[in-house]
Amino acid sequence: MAEQNGIIQLKNIDVTFHNEGKTIEAVKDVSIDVKKGDVFGVIGYSGAGKSTLVRVINLLQKPTAGSVVVNNQNMLQLSQKDLRSARRNIGMIFQHFNLMNSLTVYGNVDFPLRDSGLSKSERKQKIDRLLDIVGLADRAKNYPSQLSGGQKQRVAIARALANDPEILISDEATSALDPKTTTEILDLLGRLNKELGITIVIITHEMDAIKQICNRVSVMENGRLIEEGDLLSIFGNPKEQLTKDFVNTSTHIGSVLDEIRDSGIVNKLSGRLIELNYIGDSTNEPIVVELYKRFKVEANILFSNIERLQNTTVGIMLFALTGDDDKVEEAIQYLNGLKVNVKEISLKKEGK
Amino acid sequence: MAGLVNKFLPNVVANWEGDNGFVTAIWQTLYMTFVSALFAGIIGIILGILLVITAEDGITPHKNFYYWLDKLVNLFRSIPFIILLAVIGPFTKLIVGQTIGPTGALVPLVVGTAPFFARQVQLALVEVDPGVIEAAEAIGLSPMKIIFRVYLREGLPELIRSGTLTIISLIGLTAMAGAVGGGGLGNMAISVGYQRFENDVTIVSMIFILILVFIIQGIGDYAVRKLEH
Repeated sequence: MAEQNGIIQLKNIDVTFHNEGKTIEAVKDVSIDVKKGDVFGVIGYSGAGKSTLVRVINLLQKPTAGSVVVNNQNMLQLSQKDLRSARRNIGMIFQHFNLMNSLTVYGNVDFPLRDSGLSKSERKQKIDRLLDIVGLADRAKNYPSQLSGGQKQRVAIARALANDPEILISDEATSALDPKTTTEILDLLGRLNKELGITIVIITHEMDAIKQICNRVSVMENGRLIEEGDLLSIFGNPKEQLTKDFVNTSTHIGSVLDEIRDSGIVNKLSGRLIELNYIGDSTNEPIVVELYKRFKVEANILFSNIERLQNTTVGIMLFALTGDDDKVEEAIQYLNGLKVNVKEISLKKEGK
Repeated sequence: MAGLVNKFLPNVVANWEGDNGFVTAIWQTLYMTFVSALFAGIIGIILGILLVITAEDGITPHKNFYYWLDKLVNLFRSIPFIILLAVIGPFTKLIVGQTIGPTGALVPLVVGTAPFFARQVQLALVEVDPGVIEAAEAIGLSPMKIIFRVYLREGLPELIRSGTLTIISLIGLTAMAGAVGGGGLGNMAISVGYQRFENDVTIVSMIFILILVFIIQGIGDYAVRKLEH
């Protein structure tokens, strides 16, 4: 039974703030169910309520309504003392690292261990191992001010892991980092998920971060959860406009379309503009060749993006089809019959 | 050397020893400064911490408590020290049994300094990154541990800075308290130097006070430099 229940179950969460007579509904009726071993991503623009939502998990933010069950424990019914020990099972990392400036790297990782009941030498062993995991063994004696952003986040990760939590919450942990460091930190988180089996909840506004390690994704807008699903279905077949925007930004097709619109190529393009989205096997079929062989329709590829997400290929392609009008129509029918998503794009009408 | 001192500072030499002499006055100033700094320090830190943790965004918010403590601190800070000295007499007598002399000055000095320091402590601790406090809460630390391990630890350089400032302004107050019966270098400068027109006494009193200020500032700056990373 326990296996079927998610390790984090938030049900019908509302969070409402009252500020100087104004009421702000930061989170509205959101339910999420994170399974053990998931890397669960929550994506949305700033102000969407993501941070508020994840803070409900360890009750840094008390919900106005709803239920919070973590590890089969009803968090809202715990005493202050039990809540504090439940929090030790939920590590957390932050956008601005939130390290103690007055402590060394070693001291920062030791910080959560002081009440662990471990002896000093046991603690040392553990800290050395944690610093080894995050790749900072040689920095133990440094102070945070002597480290780069990426290194600080590694220290924060080591600190979050100190009490062997089963859950790790990452609150925009890579948003203050450069792209290369972001990738490294996400790799590290992915490794922790695989090697330690730790369940991770990531909130971010970058689809790339989600793409890199999440297996499930929720999209938030204005306090509501508007779309949820596994990574492939969200990425390959987004339903809500906001989700599409995030995916388009990530595949760059959005900017390509803008460029085509702005550059005046539109007027020179002949034929019909088709966007193809495909997941998995259909990519192996030589679509473009097939179109010409069957219908004598030429596909002029304007843009193509292929990625591997969780060992599955997800692709997007933009091409203009030229040929006899009825042949082009037949070609489109043929495409519709394949396991791909076909969308005709009319550049001229969508004014920008 | 002795001849030079005798020539330029005749009154300082005449007033060097004895119950009303410089040596006694220096000790009295040190006594008033450090004993009241100790008590004002303890009270100020406690009040400052209470102001920080009971504020709306503190770790244990308490609207009414904060409101009244805040007002009380402001009230005591607003009373001019020279008036406080007079008004507080009966209370002083109740606590230390006397209203004159260095010991009699302690109570008004503490009452006059503690609210000032409390505000300084509050400002120092509010500067502690709220993110670090949140991280400590997420780690499962109790409010008491957050106060000792995070607020006082992270805020220490700033606390020392404001402590230094407070002690220096306290030295100023001891000079004032001295003038109304507390003894010390302030009394020396006014009741001997100024009123008897023995200017060398006034100047030497001032120099001693300045030396004290410089030493305290130096120690404070050194400690802050050592602590800041």
